[in-house]
This record gives sequence, structure tokens and C-alpha cells, in this order.
Amino acid sequence: MAVSMQVDIVSAEGSLFSGKAERLFAQAANGEVGILPHHTQFLSQLKPGLVRVVAGDEEETFFVNGGVLEVQPEVVTVLADTAHRAADLDEAAALEAKKRAEEAMEKAKTDIDVSRAQAELAEAIAQINAISHLKDRLHQQGLAK
Amino acid sequence: MAGGSKEIRAKIGSIKNTQKITKAMEMVAASKMRKAQARMEATRPYVEKLQRVIKHVAGAHPEYKHPYTQAREKVKTVGVIVISSDRGLCGGLNSNLFRKLLKDIKVWQEQGVEIELALIGKKAQTFFKHFGGNVVATVSDLGDAPLVQDLVGTIKVMLDKFDQGAVDEVYLASNEFVNTMAQNPTVNQLIPLPKEAVEAEKQGHWDYLYEPDAKEALDLLMQRYIEGMVFGAVVENAACEQGARMMAMRNASDNAGEMIRELTLAYNKARQAAITQELSEIVAGASAV
Repeated sequence: MAVSMQVDIVSAEGSLFSGKAERLFAQAANGEVGILPHHTQFLSQLKPGLVRVVAGDEEETFFVNGGVLEVQPEVVTVLADTAHRAADLDEAAALEAKKRAEEAMEKAKTDIDVSRAQAELAEAIAQINAISHLKDRLHQQGLAK
Repeated sequence: MAGGSKEIRAKIGSIKNTQKITKAMEMVAASKMRKAQARMEATRPYVEKLQRVIKHVAGAHPEYKHPYTQAREKVKTVGVIVISSDRGLCGGLNSNLFRKLLKDIKVWQEQGVEIELALIGKKAQTFFKHFGGNVVATVSDLGDAPLVQDLVGTIKVMLDKFDQGAVDEVYLASNEFVNTMAQNPTVNQLIPLPKEAVEAEKQGHWDYLYEPDAKEALDLLMQRYIEGMVFGAVVENAACEQGARMMAMRNASDNAGEMIRELTLAYNKARQAAITQELSEIVAGASAV
């Protein structure tokens, strides 16, 4: 029985791999690394590329868009990104979020049709509640006993 | 009398139409909620593993102390990331959250702390447009299946502000999914990382090997951690939204059904009274002849 370690490969969209394995290969920041059980603690950025997990005779391969690799003697965790990420892309996204905030606060121009339809429905539901008062009125007028 | 019964009939018709819509919305929400719940379950391992790694990191003795783990002495400005739904008709989901958040905002304002807001979802934007507030970033229209990359920009605005010292603490306001019928509004501290997130069993004196170096590796990890926490909350909030909508629509349908029953009874009584009256008039007329 070979020595094994717990390997978890997860992304925000779900777990990709979780189980015992004997070896793991990944693209760390300074080049490919091979991890065996009882490896010293290791924390690295991951480059986009393949992560290979060897468990027994089987080898599984995953493509990751980057992320974080954390190694503990008994546990290896791969936190995979779901999309390709780059500093300038993040920067652009941040600028966009700021711009949206400014625009949204200036003119709250939302989808008018949807909000109108929604307002009408909300009104109808409110009406149903209001109509229960009609029932009381009917009682008073003697229409209903 | 005839006018009265006609009016009741028209009311019954309009309530029936509304009931059809609310019933349909309830069913749509129920099916969407199952999917949203599945998405929430799928995200959970990622958040759990992130938390595990953060705990490991807290147990290490790095030469580089990450700013997100250091509480600042004086808090002048707090940032709040508010997660709301894009659409209404989901009961008190958003308003309960805003009410809870407003309590905290009041406390901060009394202490002279300024507040900056990053808003996710249209309802929060509409609310804070009326309420006022310093909104620094927004994102909406995430759809039923939110993506991390749609949130990155909004989160980065807050993280950048924290890095520059413009914001000293960052909070996350969102709904917690208790079960399909119950949602719990929460306001939690994101950065600096709260104590329970970094509590670790200290075992000896060890540190990681870092690639490319401690700062860059930890920076990336912390960024992913915050993004992961916010993303997890967004996915959870989406499940809450569908659950709350399902309940709201079920209540509306039930009310409508009850209303229809009562109005039908009133209508029938009115009709019967009219017939009785007509009959007695005829009988009276016949006997007079």
C-alpha cells in the first residue's frame, strides 16, 4: 500500500476532484512541480495549465485557468479559477463597476417594461388584500350574511 | 341589486387572473430554487477549502504579514458590499436586509464613521438611490447563474480602497439560506479577517515555501478568498430570492383563492335574493289579479 495524501481540486463552480492520490503535478509560478505525500508546506500561484493527479494506476488530468496551490504534508488543495484572469482585465472590470455606479446613481434607467409589469402585478396582489375589505362592506350592506 | 352582482363577478374575474399569474410564478420560483440550491451546494466545497487554506495560513509564521489579517487601530471609513436581488415580488427579502443594514449604518454614523457602498443587484441600487449613500461600485443583471468574473470588478474597487487606506473595514450584507421557507439577513465582517476565520491550531514553528514570493502568493490567495466569500454569498442570495418568491407567491395565491370563495358566496347570495324577490313580486301580482 503506497503512501497517499488527500487531494482536493475545487473551483467556484464545483468540486473537480476529491480523494486519495499518490502524486500530483501542477504548473506553479516558477515552473512545474511534482508533489508527493509528506511534502513540506508550499503555497504558490498556479499558472493556466494542466493539473495531473496520480492515484494507483489511474491518472486524471484537469485544465485550470490559474488559481492557488496549497500543500500540507497530508493535504493538497488546488483552488482553481473558473476563468482566465489577468491584472489588466481585473482593472478594466473595476473601472466598469465604478462607471456603472456613477451612471446608476445619476439616472435610474431600468428596464421600464419589466418594472411596469411588475408594478402592475404588485398592485393586483395588493388589490386582493384590499378586496377583503369589500367583503366586510358587503356584510354591512346585508348582501352577504 | 343586479348592478351589485355584476360588480362582484368582475372582481372575481380579475382575482382569478391574478391568481393564475401568482400560481405560475410560484411554480417557476420552485423550479428555479431547486437549481439555485444545487448551485449553492456546488459552490460550498470551494468556500470550505478556501477557509481551510486560510486557517492553515494563519497557523504559519510568514515573514510577510498580509494587511487583510491586521486590524486597523482607527476605523474612519467602512465599506459594505450589499447583495440584493434584481427583481421584486419576493416578500420581505430585500427590505429585511436593508433594515438590518440601516441599523448598523446608524451606529456607524453616530460614531462618525463614513460609509462606502458596493451594490450587487438592482434592488439595492434603487433603495440606496432614494436613501442616499456613497455608492462606489455596482453590478446587476447577474442572471440565475452568477459568474465570479462578473463580480470581480465590484470587489476589486473595495479591495483597492482597502489597500489604499481609503476604507478600514469591509463588510458583507446578504441573506443566509436557512431553508426553503426561511432566510436570515446577515451583515458580516470580511476584512480584516474576523478572528474565527483565522483561528488556527498553532503547531510548532513552520512556514510555507512560497512561489513566486510570500507577498504575491498571499495577495492572490486573499483576493481569491474574498472573491470566493462574496461569490458564495451571491449564489446563496439567489437561492434565498427564489425561496422567498415562492413563499410570497404561494401566500398571494392562497389569499386569492380564499377571496374568490368568499366573493362567489356573496355573488350567489345576491343572485338568490334577486330571484326570490322577483318570484315574490310575480306571486303577489298573480294573487292581486
